[in-house]
Amino acid sequence: MDEKVTREIFPRDSRKSYGLVELMKKTAPIVKKEPEDTVYVWPNLLMIEIICAILVTVGLMVLIQFEHAPLRSLADPSTTPNPMRAPWYFLGLQELLVYFDPWYAGVVLPGMIIVGLMLFPYLDVNPKGVGYYTYSERKFAVFNYSFGFAIWWITIIIGTYLRGLDWQWYWPWSNHLEHMNPALVTLIPLHLIFVNWFHVSEGVGKLFGDIIFVGYFALGTIIPMIVWKPMYKAMGLWRYLTFSFFFLSMMGVALKIVLRLLFNIKYVLVTPWINI
Amino acid sequence: MLQKIKNEIVESQIFKSVFRHGYPDNDLDRAYAIFSSVFLHIHPVKVRRSALRMRYTFCLGGITLFLFIILAVTGIWLMFYYTPYTGLAYRNIKDLQFVIFGGNLMRDLHRFAAHGMVLFVWLHMTRVFLTGAYKAPREFNWIVGVVLLVNTLVLSWTGYLLPWDQLAYWAVTVGAKMASYTPLIGQNGPWGPQLGFLPTNDIMFMLLGGTVVGQNALIRFYVLHCVVLPLVVTVFLAVHFWRIRKDGFSGPL
Ligand code: HEM
Repeated sequence: MDEKVTREIFPRDSRKSYGLVELMKKTAPIVKKEPEDTVYVWPNLLMIEIICAILVTVGLMVLIQFEHAPLRSLADPSTTPNPMRAPWYFLGLQELLVYFDPWYAGVVLPGMIIVGLMLFPYLDVNPKGVGYYTYSERKFAVFNYSFGFAIWWITIIIGTYLRGLDWQWYWPWSNHLEHMNPALVTLIPLHLIFVNWFHVSEGVGKLFGDIIFVGYFALGTIIPMIVWKPMYKAMGLWRYLTFSFFFLSMMGVALKIVLRLLFNIKYVLVTPWINI
Repeated sequence: MLQKIKNEIVESQIFKSVFRHGYPDNDLDRAYAIFSSVFLHIHPVKVRRSALRMRYTFCLGGITLFLFIILAVTGIWLMFYYTPYTGLAYRNIKDLQFVIFGGNLMRDLHRFAAHGMVLFVWLHMTRVFLTGAYKAPREFNWIVGVVLLVNTLVLSWTGYLLPWDQLAYWAVTVGAKMASYTPLIGQNGPWGPQLGFLPTNDIMFMLLGGTVVGQNALIRFYVLHCVVLPLVVTVFLAVHFWRIRKDGFSGPL
């Protein structure tokens, strides 16, 4: 090790017992840090990894003493289980089918979740809060992440515990063997409400719904541009528009869940091709 | 005497050709131990003391990786007993349950490690999010991470079909039905039929290799589950770890 390794470009400082052996770019971790700050991976990190691995193994071993992988009867295309539950990690999406048509809940929305997650680092322009846990320095980012996954987990919990036969709402104390009368919940598209309230034609009612839908996105985009100008300036137009689209869509999912559960609204946007 | 035997072994040409360094009880050998091993060299030789703090990573990424390794090992073991044929698959699983030595153990481990991986990959992502570790220069690694997340979910879902029981059959039937609602390319999706997509040529047909979940779907899911997706995950994991090394670990300063 001694003299051989010490290269000419790093002439050895006689006051130090070590020589600098590695050059790194600016963003690399150990730049400008004194060597004392680091420890060897063997054994320090490897020990932690081995302990983790042992704990996980023990945990799994204990778990499978109590719980076994399920196996129902042989697949039978002619009998559909009721209720039919997806695996838990997809139950959120299955639950969303109650609130949206399948093309949206089952395809477009999952796609948007994936793309939205991937874009997150590019939409978050706040440079603070790297390398430590903080809420106060990046409240809005944390809010967005938490809100999205709150929907994800809450719908999973609803799907697991509060849905029963025919995917109807069952409280834990309801009789889970008895079918609910589907007529108890009649869903109405929003435009029919307008037709009733304002005595307008169906076409005009639909137009109201469409205006609300488009207005939600338009105002939801424009108002923050004016009210939170610094934020908008920091993001720039395209980044802001992209963010706004994903943000409003996420909020829209929550709004639609509320509209549907409390007011039995089926659709807000009604067009000949798609309904939302 | 023991010392002599040990020396004989350690000094032998065979031993030296395998382990190129002495026992890592000094700094030089500690460094060699890491970078001369293909398995260990994904680590740097040294890390910052603070990066080791358990309360930072909670070891979540490492646990996810470990669960993936358990899944690979138990999965390969299960493959020895499993036939992707609708007439046999279910019976193979029954055999694993009641006949084959260690069958239940391996199946349970595989199943719960899979649930665990889904859970821990999410926890790991949440940790990365909360510590801002996705910000520059690590944006791309976050994307790689999302790809891993999606792959983990799809892996779980494709594996779900293989036991060929009611749970499997209907979960996949309903999931595949979703595909038929894909806009533009699904038979039931907006503008799908207008563009000429029928039950026999749309995206769901491509996924299942038929109009219903049957033998073709089983073999597709089997190949995806046992070969394609694990390979994809492995490749992306390699990129993931490479990027951690290149971008530097975020860790507290
Ligand atoms: C198969 C799944 C995955 C495995 C096995 C895995 C493994 C790891 C490991 C071992 C680390 C080292 C630090 C730690 O343990 O926290 C890490 C870091 C990281 N992971 Fe993952 N990961 C996976 C999925 C993900 C996902 C879903 C994301 C985000 C969407 C992600 C983003 C990151 C980032 C950005 C880092 C760097 C963290 C830093 O510098 O602090 N990974 N990953």
